[in-house]
Amino acid sequence: MDKFTTLSGIAAPMPLVNIDTDMIIPKNFLKTIKRSGLGVNLFDEMRYNLDGSEKPDFVLNKPAYRNAEIIVAGENFGCGSSREHAPWALLDFGIRCVISTSYADIFYNNCFKNGILPIVLTKEQVDKLMEDAERGANARITVDLEAQTVSASDGTTFAFEVDPFKKHCMLNGLDDIGLTMEKSAAIDTFEAQYQAQNPWS
Amino acid sequence: MTAPKTLYDKIWNAHIAHEDADGTCLLYIDRHLVHEVTSPQAFEGLRLSGRKVRAPEKTIAVPDHNVPTTLDRASGVIENEESRIQVEALDKNARDFGVVYYPVSDVRQGIVHIVGPEQGWTLPGMTVVCGDSHTATHGAFGALAHGIGTSEVEHVLATQTLIQKKSKNMKVEITGKLLPGVTAKDITLSVIGATGTAGGTGYVIEYCGEAIRDLSMEGRMTVCNMAIEGGARAGLIAPDEKTFQYVMGRPHAPKGGAWELALAYWKTLFTDADARFDKVLTLKGEDIAPVVTWGTSPEDVLPITSTVPSPDDFEGGKVEAVKRSLEYMGLTPGQKLTDIKIDTVFIGSCTNGRIEDLRAAAAVLKGKKIKDGMRAMVVPGSGLVRAQAEEEGLAQIFLDAGFEWRLAGCSMCLAMNPDQLQPGERCAATSNRNFEGRQGRGGRTHLLSPAMAAAAAITGHLTDIRDF
Repeated sequence: MDKFTTLSGIAAPMPLVNIDTDMIIPKNFLKTIKRSGLGVNLFDEMRYNLDGSEKPDFVLNKPAYRNAEIIVAGENFGCGSSREHAPWALLDFGIRCVISTSYADIFYNNCFKNGILPIVLTKEQVDKLMEDAERGANARITVDLEAQTVSASDGTTFAFEVDPFKKHCMLNGLDDIGLTMEKSAAIDTFEAQYQAQNPWS
Repeated sequence: MTAPKTLYDKIWNAHIAHEDADGTCLLYIDRHLVHEVTSPQAFEGLRLSGRKVRAPEKTIAVPDHNVPTTLDRASGVIENEESRIQVEALDKNARDFGVVYYPVSDVRQGIVHIVGPEQGWTLPGMTVVCGDSHTATHGAFGALAHGIGTSEVEHVLATQTLIQKKSKNMKVEITGKLLPGVTAKDITLSVIGATGTAGGTGYVIEYCGEAIRDLSMEGRMTVCNMAIEGGARAGLIAPDEKTFQYVMGRPHAPKGGAWELALAYWKTLFTDADARFDKVLTLKGEDIAPVVTWGTSPEDVLPITSTVPSPDDFEGGKVEAVKRSLEYMGLTPGQKLTDIKIDTVFIGSCTNGRIEDLRAAAAVLKGKKIKDGMRAMVVPGSGLVRAQAEEEGLAQIFLDAGFEWRLAGCSMCLAMNPDQLQPGERCAATSNRNFEGRQGRGGRTHLLSPAMAAAAAITGHLTDIRDF
C-alpha cells in the first residue's frame, strides 16, 4: 500500500447523496481476479453511454476533472455492497481522498486498506469544499494527514478526526496482516483457550 | 456484580483475542464464508506472501454470484469467460488451501448465506464474516455476522482474526402482532424506511419485541439480512427455542455432549435487563403494512396503498436524489403504487430464497397463471431448498403458473450471471437492493415480499396482497 502523507489536488464535486458501490463500480466489472485496471470503469454507468461513448456532463469526463485526486461527495458515500472493487477503481483512476459528511461502514474500512483517505467533515465544511470543487483547478484542496487538516483554496482550514491506528498505517503504508502476524502468540493463546471452552466451534 | 450487557457486548467480549490500548481489537472469527467474487485477490495475496489459511476447517467456500441458474448448467460449462475464470479460481483456491467447499456440482451448493445456516455452520454466539454485505443474515441466530472487504478476507484467511473497534448498540423493537399479509420483508423494509440507509451506520442492531419473537428462523434471517441496507454493521436476534430447534441435527451442529454444552452457553446469549442501548427505535407491529420500494434506495419505501412521492416532500440532498430516482424509475409523483405495471418478477436471493419464501409465493400462485408477456423466475437459495420445493410440489405450482424454475444462485439479485434486466424493464423483486443498474443497466427494481411478488406476476402490476 502506498503511503498517504499530504495531498494537494483537484477535487471533483459529487453532491448526490447515497452514492452506492454499485454506482462506483457496476457488477459486470467484479469478474476480475485482479485488483488493478478498474479505473476506466469507475462510475461506468454514470460516465458512459450504452455505446461506450462518454457522457460529457458527467463530472469526471469534464476536462477540468480528468485528473481529479479528491472527490467531495454527498452523505452516505459508498453504501451498499461490500465490494472492495469500489476503492480499487477509485485508486486506479487516481483518487486518493474522499470528503463527505458520512460513509457506509464497510466502504470506509476498505478505503484505509488501499491508501485512500476518507475524511468526515460537517455539512457546512463539506459545502464550503464543494464550492472549491466546483471551481476545478482554480481551487485546489489540500489535505495533511499528519496534522489531520484539510484546507480550502482560500486557506480556510478544517480539522478532521481519524482513528490513530488507521492513521499510523496510512502514514507508513503498513500492511495490516504483517502487523497482526506479530501478535500471533496472543492469537494462539486465545484460540487454545477458546476452543477448549467451545469445543463445537 | 458486573454491569448489564447487551447481546452484542457478550459476543464481542467472548472473541477478543487481543486489545490495544486505544481499543483496537483483534476479534477472533469462528466462521469465514467465502464466495468467488470477493476472494480471488485475497487468495492471490496469500500466495504472493507465502501465507497459509490459518483455519481451513472454519473456512467455507461456495460459488454463488456468477453461476448460471439455467438447467443446462449441469453440463458444467459457464459460457461467460470471466465468470468461468472466477469460479475456476475458487475451485482451485479451495483445493490448494484445503478449505471446506461446495462446488457447483454439489446439491448443497447455493447462496453462501443460505448454505451456512442450512449446513449448521452458523451457530449462536459465533462471529461470522464473509466478503459480502449480506452476511448480516446470520445474525438471526444470535451470531455477530457482518460483511468485510477483500483485504479483510485475506486478513481473516491468514490470521482468523479481524481488526475491529466496537460499534455502538442500537435496539430495534417491533412490538405486538403483525396484521395479515405483513411479512418479515415488510418489517425489515419498514425499519429502513424509518431509519434511512445511514440510520444504522456505526451500530450493531438488536431486533427484539413480540413481532420478532413470533417470526420463524427464516423470517428472522430476512430481517437481519437487510440490516446492512439500514447502514448497520450487523443485525442480531437473541437465540431462543426456535433457534435451537432449527439448528439441532444439522450436519455441522454439535451433537451429544457437545450439544448440551453448547446449549447451556447459548441460553446465556440475551441482552441483560437494564443494559444500555445508544439508540432505540420502536415500531408497532400493527402499524406495519405490506410495503414496496418506489425509488433507487432501499429507504425509498412506502405502504402499497400509497402514491409516488414528489421531490418536494423531501429536504436537503434527498431532493435531488429523488428527482434523479423518479426519472430513472420512470415514475410520476402522485401515481398510485398499485398502478405501476411490471414486466419481470424475480423470486429468490439471500433475502427471500428459502423454503418458506417459496411456500408463500406458491400459495398465491396455486391454480393461477402469470400475466401474458410476464417474465417470471424462481431461483431457490440452495440446491437443497430446490429439492425440498420439488418434493412439496411447489416447483410444479410455479411451472404451471408460467414461472421458470431455476437452479440455485444469486441470479438476478445482482445480475452478475446472465439473468439481467434490459434497459427500461421493470421488476418486482424479492431481493435486497433497488440501486440504479443493480439488476441490469437501466433496469428498474421494486423490492417486496415473496407473496406480493407472486401477486404482481399474476396481475401485471404492483398489488396489495390483502386484496388478493
